[in-house]
Amino acid sequence: MISKEDVQYIAGLARIHLDQSESGKLTEDLEKILGYVGKLGDLDLKAVAPTSHAMALKNVFRNDEVRPSLDQKTVLTNAPEQLRGSFKVPQVIE
Amino acid sequence: MKIHELSACDLKSLLKDKKTTAPEIFQSCQDRISATNAKVNSFVRTTPDAGASAAGEFPFPIGIKDNMCVKGEEITCCSMILKGFRPTYDATVVEKLKNAGVPIAGITNMDEFAFGSSTENSCYGPARNPWNTGYVPGGSSGGSSAAVGANQITWALGSDTGGSIRQPAAFCGVVGVKPTYGRVSRYGLIAFASSLDQIGPITKTVEDAAALLKIIAGYDEKDSTSANLPVPDYAKALEKDIKGLRIGIPKEYFIEGMDPEVKEAVRATIEVLKKQGAEFVDISLPHTEYCVATYYIVATAEASSNLARYDGVRYGLRKTPPKQRKNPIVDMFEETRQAGFGAEAKRRIMLGTYVLSSGYYDAYYLRGLKTRTLIKKDFDEAFKELDAVIAPTSPTTAFKIGERTSDPLSMYLSDIYTISCNLSGIPGMSIPCGFSKAGLPIGLQIMTKAFDEEMMLRIGHHYQQKTDWHQQKADL
Amino acid sequence: MPELTQQDLEIVIGLEVHLQFNTKTKIFCGCANYFGGEPNTRTCPVCEGLPGSLPVLNRSALDYAIRVALALNCEVSSLIKFDRKNYYYPDLPKGYQISQYDHPIARNGFLMAVTDEGPRKIRIHRAHLEEDAGKLIHDNTDKCSLVDYNRTGSPLLEIVTEPDIRSPQEAQDYLTTLKLTLQYLQVSTCDMEKGSLRCDANISIRPKGDEKLGTKTEIKNLNSFKAVKAALQFEAERQQKMVNLGERIIQETRLWNEDSQMTVSMRSKEEAHDYRYFPEPDLVPFTVDEAVVEEVRQNLPELPEDKFERLSREYDIPAYDTRILIQDPALSDFFEQCTKSLNEYKKICNWIAGPLLSELNTRKIPAAEIRIQPESFTALIKKVEDGTVSNLAGKTILTAMLDSGDSPDKIITDQGLAQVSDDSALETIINDVLKENSSVVAQIKAGKESAMGFLVGQTMKKSRGKANPKKVGEMIKRRLSNE
Repeated sequence: MISKEDVQYIAGLARIHLDQSESGKLTEDLEKILGYVGKLGDLDLKAVAPTSHAMALKNVFRNDEVRPSLDQKTVLTNAPEQLRGSFKVPQVIE
Repeated sequence: MKIHELSACDLKSLLKDKKTTAPEIFQSCQDRISATNAKVNSFVRTTPDAGASAAGEFPFPIGIKDNMCVKGEEITCCSMILKGFRPTYDATVVEKLKNAGVPIAGITNMDEFAFGSSTENSCYGPARNPWNTGYVPGGSSGGSSAAVGANQITWALGSDTGGSIRQPAAFCGVVGVKPTYGRVSRYGLIAFASSLDQIGPITKTVEDAAALLKIIAGYDEKDSTSANLPVPDYAKALEKDIKGLRIGIPKEYFIEGMDPEVKEAVRATIEVLKKQGAEFVDISLPHTEYCVATYYIVATAEASSNLARYDGVRYGLRKTPPKQRKNPIVDMFEETRQAGFGAEAKRRIMLGTYVLSSGYYDAYYLRGLKTRTLIKKDFDEAFKELDAVIAPTSPTTAFKIGERTSDPLSMYLSDIYTISCNLSGIPGMSIPCGFSKAGLPIGLQIMTKAFDEEMMLRIGHHYQQKTDWHQQKADL
Repeated sequence: MPELTQQDLEIVIGLEVHLQFNTKTKIFCGCANYFGGEPNTRTCPVCEGLPGSLPVLNRSALDYAIRVALALNCEVSSLIKFDRKNYYYPDLPKGYQISQYDHPIARNGFLMAVTDEGPRKIRIHRAHLEEDAGKLIHDNTDKCSLVDYNRTGSPLLEIVTEPDIRSPQEAQDYLTTLKLTLQYLQVSTCDMEKGSLRCDANISIRPKGDEKLGTKTEIKNLNSFKAVKAALQFEAERQQKMVNLGERIIQETRLWNEDSQMTVSMRSKEEAHDYRYFPEPDLVPFTVDEAVVEEVRQNLPELPEDKFERLSREYDIPAYDTRILIQDPALSDFFEQCTKSLNEYKKICNWIAGPLLSELNTRKIPAAEIRIQPESFTALIKKVEDGTVSNLAGKTILTAMLDSGDSPDKIITDQGLAQVSDDSALETIINDVLKENSSVVAQIKAGKESAMGFLVGQTMKKSRGKANPKKVGEMIKRRLSNE
């Protein structure tokens, strides 16, 4: 049902670099799990509406009022690399 | 009894009678942690200086699961990818505890990102069951449960997405509450599955759970899913008796293959409650068999998205490969996430990504959301006539460390009785109701309709008046 | 296949505009929402996407969106929800953007674009709310990229047209009309340079009369309306050339290069993104009921085209002038105020469109900050019309009025700008001028009428600009014809 190529493709979407052995084990695991969760296919769900929120809350807003932001030093506290007040990353090629 | 073995309510009386002090209590627990943590590995970090902040009505040391933001402390979700991360803000529940004067004893062990039912998926090594350290404490809030079960602390907070408070509470012989979705703010809880996660108390008694829930519950304007409802006086609710309450026993929760000792313990519990005046009705929750499948689609989908932010740019681990593969930035993302996430985390991210991907959304994710509607409907129907539903918390007692790690699916199936509450949003509580012959705790689960925690706590409290399972102490 | 010529083919264009709202705060948190400043000084756990943070919708962002939806004649959804659009980029802190997928705030509207050929109906497919990403700067010296999250979480409205636009010029006209409408609504600074208005274009070509759409390309990196027009022109020609050479057009994204004036393929891009949209679990759904929509509708300002109709009709002024007035609602308001004290509407237009607008541009102040009263302005116009001061002096007085806020009368007195219309005084000056310029007089008498202007000019000079030029002209003419 799910091939090793599928798994490589999904890993790409998920931005995880899997090595060969991991790929293999994951393909097996996912095959098994997908086989199990596929049991939902037994149900007739045509007339059923989906539930994405457990509680029927609606219309939660905040007012357009300014709250204090964090200062630059605090924001960069956890930065793996920083330069001139910005987060530094490898060059992004466009 | 030693100080660290007492419940919060008992300590409250002692304090009132000036038989102890907050600093003494805090120190007693820190000493107990030092003496026993190597055996159970329940704490990943302790905060010995926090004792000074103890104040108010309940100045008793609490354990915080490693997925709730505590400003300035290292919080990692027991994952390599967040090693060194120090939140720059407090979770709302942490703020409430600090305002109430409840001191933080330390940060507890968990399955990485709450992915697990055994606390074996932690980058700090597994936590162990205080009743038998060769066994798992359950998960993902295994550290918090083991810590309370080992009497290292008075009480703790855990988080529950598919049973992660209730199942470890059952395995460790303590009380664990998953509140109604929206009852407790999720602001500052590092998300696993946003529509399922809830923070809840893990305590020695139901009375303590009521007290702790009162402190942490309530509307939070920073959480759009937070319920704008007043928080009842849970302590007061415990006083009402349970005569005439109608409690359902769902047949689907007594499956073939479940541990006969668990089955027996639950049956015995029913008899105790009957004697206290409760009436029992056999019911059916017909979509129970689809709960695990639904959960592993919906929860992993949300998780795959919630964990996308761990990319090495702003915090946590950053790694780059020795040789360029695709391009520098993508390589950094891929290498960081490869090195940072454990096997279970990768499995769930991959599964979640797959079920949302183009061509598969309808077959998996959409079906999952629809089945969720049916699962919720089962409970809505049941609660029309009933005050509560009871069931075992887990089909078995704790299993051995390493026993289920090679078969993910068998691990997932240990959540079979707890997942339904998260999917439908209703509250659930596990209380100790016996021990197996091997000396491992058995847990009973009480479920009630949304925002009726009072009912749940009331039934549990009355049970604890007539039994003493919760007063047994692990020999650690 | 015969070659397609310009006449044979039809250009099909759709535009996606991202509008950044000028609400006080960001869409999901209370950080201040404005352009510029030191990097990473306007973020909080929510817009930085720190673990554990949660979004809460800014009420004003929804109000602004409804305003725009109504101004664009859209159906406003009664139930809206947000969805996650999942992709990885350093300027996207959560690894997903909160956007709207299948329940956008608005659908099925239109805008009547003002073009030289008359109004053109451009249908709006949909408009939806979403959050902005951060800013990525590429540093070539340090061989890295730098990320600033100040802009993350700024409220955006994405407005997507149907592929109704039929030429690059029409695209520019659509954008111009859209921008003016949005400015009237006061929901955004609509500034392409500062990024509060952004535009991506989709273009394809097909033989005229064909129903099927050709393969489209998407063009990004357009930083002005001019660039939009130029890029679309280039791309239409590029596609036409390819078709005529028998080459297949590839569906791709191309970047506009302002320096080379060409679109370039983004060859480094992988295959189409799989955004894996799903409902945002951290935000609840929103109901937008009729009463709310009605209230917004009642409070909408008069929109540009309605104002255009009304001004043209009520004041009978030429289209050219009306179009200038409506470019800024404060300007047209000022005009209407002026009509209360002077009913020479065309003259008011001339003075506003000419000298006043010129002054405002020089001083770089918007019409909303005009310091003079409409009554003073019309008083000035009257003084020029009745000959009290010359036209030239009038402009001087206007400058002085804007500088000091003084009345025209006071300025005329202070600066001695009253025109000399007294005949005897003028006679004397004219005598001198004619005596000194006898050769020119001879030219005029010989038939060169145009030299009259020179004599008038000399008289004006001698009178230090105070002579009434009309009168001077008449008097010189009479003198010369009498001689």
